Amino acid sequence: MATTDKTLKGGSFLLDSTSSDQVFTPEDLSDEHVMIAKTTEDFVKEKVVPELEQIEQHEFDRSVRLLKEAGELGLLGADVPEQYGGIGLDKISSSLITEKFALAGSFSLSHGAHVGIGSLPIVFFGSEEQKQKYLPELATGEKIAAYALTEPSSGSDALSAKTTAKLNDAGTHYVLNGEKQWITNAGFADVFVVYAKIDGEHFSAFIVEGAYEGVSTGPEEKKMGIKGSSTRTLILEDALVPKENVLGEIGKGHVIAFNILNIGRYKLGVGCVGGAKRAIEVSAKYANERKQFKLPISKFTLIQKKLAEMAAKTYAAESTIYRTGGLIDEAFNSLSEEEQKEGANVGKAIGEYAIECSLNKFFGSEVLDFVVDEAVQIHGGYGFMAEYEVESMYRNSRINRIFEGTNEINRMLVPATIMRKAMKGELPLLEKAGGLQEELMMMMPEEVGDEPLEQERYLLENAKKIFLMIAGTAAQKYGEKLQKEQEMLANVADLVNEVFNIESCILRTEKAINKDGLEKANQKLLMTEVYTQEAFNRIEAIAKESLVALDDGDSLRTMLSILKKLTRHTPINMIAKKRELAVSIIEQEKYVV
Amino acid sequence: MNIYVIMKRTFDTEEKIQIDSGEIVEDGAEFIINPYDEYAIEEAIQLRDEHGGEVTLVSVGDEEAEKQIRTGLAMGADKAVLIEDEDVENGDQFSTEAILAAYFKDQEADIILGGNIAVDGGSGQVGPRLAENLGINHVTSIVNIEIEDGKAKIERDVEGDQEFIEISLPLLVTAQQGLNEPRYPSLPGIMKAKKKPLETLDLDDLDLDEDEVEGKTNTVERYLPPEKEAGKILEGEIDDQVNELVSLLKNEAKVI
Repeated sequence: MATTDKTLKGGSFLLDSTSSDQVFTPEDLSDEHVMIAKTTEDFVKEKVVPELEQIEQHEFDRSVRLLKEAGELGLLGADVPEQYGGIGLDKISSSLITEKFALAGSFSLSHGAHVGIGSLPIVFFGSEEQKQKYLPELATGEKIAAYALTEPSSGSDALSAKTTAKLNDAGTHYVLNGEKQWITNAGFADVFVVYAKIDGEHFSAFIVEGAYEGVSTGPEEKKMGIKGSSTRTLILEDALVPKENVLGEIGKGHVIAFNILNIGRYKLGVGCVGGAKRAIEVSAKYANERKQFKLPISKFTLIQKKLAEMAAKTYAAESTIYRTGGLIDEAFNSLSEEEQKEGANVGKAIGEYAIECSLNKFFGSEVLDFVVDEAVQIHGGYGFMAEYEVESMYRNSRINRIFEGTNEINRMLVPATIMRKAMKGELPLLEKAGGLQEELMMMMPEEVGDEPLEQERYLLENAKKIFLMIAGTAAQKYGEKLQKEQEMLANVADLVNEVFNIESCILRTEKAINKDGLEKANQKLLMTEVYTQEAFNRIEAIAKESLVALDDGDSLRTMLSILKKLTRHTPINMIAKKRELAVSIIEQEKYVV
Repeated sequence: MNIYVIMKRTFDTEEKIQIDSGEIVEDGAEFIINPYDEYAIEEAIQLRDEHGGEVTLVSVGDEEAEKQIRTGLAMGADKAVLIEDEDVENGDQFSTEAILAAYFKDQEADIILGGNIAVDGGSGQVGPRLAENLGINHVTSIVNIEIEDGKAKIERDVEGDQEFIEISLPLLVTAQQGLNEPRYPSLPGIMKAKKKPLETLDLDDLDLDEDEVEGKTNTVERYLPPEKEAGKILEGEIDDQVNELVSLLKNEAKVI
């Protein structure tokens, strides 16, 4: 895989320029990666999909059996080290498994909750004894894991949890009381990672077995989508949890919760990429089969436009998310085996990319929602019928914008984390913003040549300047109070997001051109051009809205004129580009890069 | 037991085939192990697990075939040989068989397994021709095999009927659908496959001259089957429908 001299800092893409050999792209997958993806895809298509209908009817004994079969193939052990019965693969391998499990519709939730938020807290933060006790059976699927953080009255505000833990008089067990809500896999999980406050104060994580006294679950929830996943309340009534089952340090539960969420957010993005690719595939197939006015509807240019937009957004999501996967992987690789055993080190390695993980989460889920929405539209009335796959894809997609931190919370986290890094001196944001105003006043719009990616690079550079201008002005105007200006924070998050997306598309495409030549990378080039143009249009609109809220009078007029200079360019012919982009998708009936 | 499997890299059966100036477009296409060869690999692994010995995969092709060979190793085969045929002009079934024969002359195979046909060319010739050339027994289209005391008890598919055969080793068999359910390469298997020996040979290594194995057939033209037209539903009284059907079959479809 791509290697760098030193690991890149989280968020550094905003200020530094990154070269294409520093980023991981899906084109860098090894032969083993490809085989792992193939095994997963074959297993899902041949074993899981045929049983999906019954699983959606809550025949969960099937889910348990299929998870065990997945475990026999090693599909549950990628993130578990070999010494604890797993396979200990890199993060790209486990990402590919997650991406391919998206083809399993709602069953992917059972898999994802087990290997991700269910097992990872023990992998990263468990003691030696806890790892030896639990991981071997989790890696094979003999035991299933779940994660219990949310409560009826604490969702986004996770630390306000009301579940309590109290050491019993004998000093042997913690007694847990409370209710955890919407727990994926609750119907059949053997092991729950539960958060509770010791003495109502110290937020801590516990490993709670379903068989412990005082542990029970409520009835299955009736949901809009992901109906094949088990979702129940976990009820703790004087639940007796052995003292040695405290996970990590007492009072440091938030370190586990937030870092697991970081990884969870990244993985959610990966799953969304898998879902989006499948939606493009079924839509392209349908568009070729369905005839109206004596023509396959794929011949109509408005359908082509839809497929092109679905693909360009998916390309952007895939490029940013695998780039993030590469970063996380390198951060792990830079830790020695011994260091990896310390939860704190692991937390730091993942936490470094908290910004990227949040971006992956909200962008990935919004791309998927856009793609499945258009997929239904391409199917017309049939897309509204349950016997078509897109109907459930559409319903299943919606939850992604809500769980693992709502997209709103994740948008708030992005500027907050950037500011925190800037204050700690990890990101020279203020220094860069300082010299900017003068530079912008003097700046003359450049003539852009027509070499491949030249305009996109130019727009990226200017997008970074626009981000600095808006973020800098907002920080100046509001100071500490900026954290209450949620609309402005969301605007900044959106600017950061588009910068990351545009850059990731450009770098991936550039890398492919360098390797295979322009002709073979043409589809990637088209998707980059289309994505960059549309993203830049959004950037301009966000910047305008932000500036008029931040300034007025002459000063505002000056800012707006700078923005005008920064956004001056000749737009590409999107209609023509999208038609061209749709050709291979329609020919090959799938997402093509 | 010395168990060999002859295998081929083929187009994914799910690929949509496109033809450009008489050639099949391979750009962006997915490739797989020929599905019938996959049955052969699975059976070979099962035979080894039962009787001991080693499974060696042998493929004739270009270096791209390494990916499919690794997949076979990941399923559980022990080692593999790739014989590169890039120098062969106009290669066909004869070429492949001649190259394989040159390789197998120096091996002591107890059993060679292959696919019944390859899903791309579909000739089903390589296996039987190889056995003939090596002077060993062969049984095609098998759906069950049991080996005991140097003899194989085989059930083979004969256009839907079964034939039971007892035959002595060494032997070449080709696998039909129904022989077994090939396993998925497991993740540990995939990681182990990386370290298993894969030897690459070229024609020189087999003392073959490229002229000796040049193809004997000539492809005149390649074209896709005509696109499927929408079906027709006949209406009216049964007698009228039958009459219309007969007339359509005679005059339109021209099949009777």
